[in-house]
Parts: sequence; C-alpha cells; structure tokens
Amino acid sequence: MTPGFRGRPRSSGPKLPPGQYLTEDFPVLTAGPTPRVPVDRWEFVVTTETGQQHRWSWADLMALPAETPTVDIHCVTKWSKLGTDWVGVSLDTLLSDVETAADFAFVHSYGGYTTNLPLEDLLDGQSWIAYRYDGADLAPEHGGPARLLVPHLYFWKSAKWVRGIQLRLDDEPGFWESAGYHDYGDPWREQRYQGD
Amino acid sequence: MARAAVSRRLTWQVGQLVEARAETPTARTLVLDVPDWPGHLPGQHVDVRLTADDGYSTQRSYSIAAPADGDRVELTVQSVPDGEVSPYLTEVFAVGDQVEIRGPVGGWFVWRPADTAPVLLVAGGSGIVPLMAMVRARRAAGSRTLFRLIYSVRTPADAYYADELRRRVRDDAGLDVTYAYTRTVPDGWPGQPRRLGVADINTAGWPPDLAPACYVCGPTGFVETVADILVALGHDPRRVRTERFGPTGG
Repeated sequence: MTPGFRGRPRSSGPKLPPGQYLTEDFPVLTAGPTPRVPVDRWEFVVTTETGQQHRWSWADLMALPAETPTVDIHCVTKWSKLGTDWVGVSLDTLLSDVETAADFAFVHSYGGYTTNLPLEDLLDGQSWIAYRYDGADLAPEHGGPARLLVPHLYFWKSAKWVRGIQLRLDDEPGFWESAGYHDYGDPWREQRYQGD
Repeated sequence: MARAAVSRRLTWQVGQLVEARAETPTARTLVLDVPDWPGHLPGQHVDVRLTADDGYSTQRSYSIAAPADGDRVELTVQSVPDGEVSPYLTEVFAVGDQVEIRGPVGGWFVWRPADTAPVLLVAGGSGIVPLMAMVRARRAAGSRTLFRLIYSVRTPADAYYADELRRRVRDDAGLDVTYAYTRTVPDGWPGQPRRLGVADINTAGWPPDLAPACYVCGPTGFVETVADILVALGHDPRRVRTERFGPTGG
C-alpha cells in the first residue's frame, strides 16, 4: 500500500486497539491552559435531571472508600499506555444514593471542558474520580486534583479537572464531540470521529 | 469554552505526493494531491495511515501547514529520532508515492479570516506548522487582522519557513515575527540563548486588554509554560488555545 514503508518490527506484545501504538510516556492532550484548583475550593457536584444536587468537598471525597484500579488507557491521538496505576473513588460509590432515570451523563470540568457519555458507562466498576496516579498526587497537567477515569473509552472522555456531572434524559455533545469527535469513543471499534 | 464547528463523517482518502521541500535538515514539507479534498481551516490537522506490504498499518496526526487550496494538502513533518513514521515520510516517501489521509480534524485550534481580534501565535519548534497555516491564510484572505508571532527554536538552522517569514514581515502589513533561541543565537544577536519567559511574552505579545486570540503550539512543556505565562499576564484562559506535540509523535 505504501511503497517502502516497513514499520517497526512486529512484536508479539500486548494487543492494542486498532490504530494505536504503545508509549511509555504520559503525554498530555488539552485545548487550553491548565487550571489550578486548590483542594480547599474544590467540589464535585452531581445534578440529576430533576435539578437535585449532590455535593462533595475534597474532605468528603477523601473520606469515601478508595479503589486502586490498574488499567490500560488509549488516547485518540494514537498513543496507548498499559497498566497505569490510579487511586480514586468509584462512581458506583458516588452515585449510590442518587435517584435518577437519566440515560446520559454530561461531564463538566474546571476551565470549561465538557464531555458526554452514557450513564451506564460510568457504573458497574467502569469509572472513578481519580486523584492519585503512579504513586503520587495527580499533577495539574494530568487533570489534578481529580479527574474522571473511564479507561474503556478514548481518554478524552476521562475529563481532567472534573467538577461535576449532569445526569440527563437526552444526550448533549461535549467539547470535542461538538468538534467532530465520536459521541461514544470505543477504542476497540476505533470510534475516533463522527461516523466511525 | 466556545463550541467548535461540527464536521462531517471522515473517510480515508488517497493522497499522492506531488512536491516535497526540505525546511531544515530534519524537516520536510509534503504537498499531497488529495482528489475531492473537502477543504480545511488553518490550524486543523489530518491523520495519515501507512500500510506495509504485509498488511501492518499505523497512523499519525500531522498539522496542515497551508490554507485550503483545492485538492492540495501541505504538511510539514519533523523527523523524530527512532520514530516509526516520520523518518519514512522525511527520507523515503517520494514524489508519486501514495499514503492514506483523512481529515480535516479539530475545530477548536483554528483561526478564521473573518475573526478581527488581534492574534498572538506562540510556536515552539515544529509547533510552527499550524500557526504558519494561519499566517498564510491571513495573507491569502487579504486580512488586515494584527498578527504577532513569537517563534522559539533551538538554533537558527532549526527555524522552518525562515525565508518566507522574512518576506511576509516585509510584505504583509500588520504581521510581526519575534524569534527566541534556546541553544544557539545568530551572529550579532543581542542576548544569550534562553527559554521564553514572562518578559518575552509581555514584550512581543499583546496586552491582555486588547483581548487577543492566543494560539500556542509546541512540545508539552513549552505549551504548559507559555499558557501559564499568558494566564499570569491576565489573558482570559478561554482565549488561549493550545495544541501539544507529545514526545511520541514519531
């Protein structure tokens, strides 16, 4: 197809989603400056479709049982990183007392970033509000003090500097989704852009 | 953050290399002919897919270096040491050869010629590529929008588009270009090599009260530093758009 192109030696290493390559680094993908959010002013708010709000301060979050997921992450810019170590609170824990009939989640971040995904993709042990990475507090450029972690979808869904989740009956495209990226973003089906 | 443009479905198209130019000893501009190319905005990028004869394929993203011009898509590729794709594109890929390409991608890091706010472009190394598309689009549109470009490179020999930028500063009224050198300065340069700092951005940029549109592109550390400086100087974070080239772009 591309004459003279050989590529890297084919390894028998771990299987990656189509179009992805392995990195040992942790590159950054963001659209603007890195917000600095002090933890004493940080809060996380879940708003249901009826307008009911559930709030957690940083101390509230720290008081909840933490999990230590080790997961593979896949960025739409083609890098994948395997076996990353996180500490965070499962969305199952945060949403356990939230009454909702919503099908969709619209995630807001400090700095104005947004992303959307089906609510069911946040549940059943599939997502966390993560605040530690690789044995240290999560750095601001990687979304600290806390980011959403939804490793089974492309990493732009794992909103950095997460501030809240709006539970909705209808789907509302977020920042990159409005710019032509896929509404769902399954790396194994290579759903990078609209129509993929 | 404002909403970006909605785009249509992106399909893979075949692009044929019709022209290639060396920009530096390690960077090469590729002019591809892509039949039925839908056009693009300055600042957008494309995905390029290469396939070896055993069926193995891999993809990378590259910024477009020039504004829309029919079926021509111009990329500038920096060869990354030990890279898988960029050494092929800069050293092996020959006029007449084909790659698969799809795009344009990205509706946020774009400048539209109808925008009249002053523009500050800050480039680190190969981060100049999408910003050059904006400089060229300004010229092509006959725009009078005020542009300032701050271009940080390691050495004078690492600067892309040096001759063209000299011409544009001479011919395109309202365009200023300021260089910064991090490793070696040109002969007669007043000062030592150093990284961009607050004073450089403050002097060569726009005051925040002019509410300029700021575009920062380069390696992650460079972009972090410059974006932080712009915010510290009082620029509205929502008017600072960033694009980062990770260390794994090879």
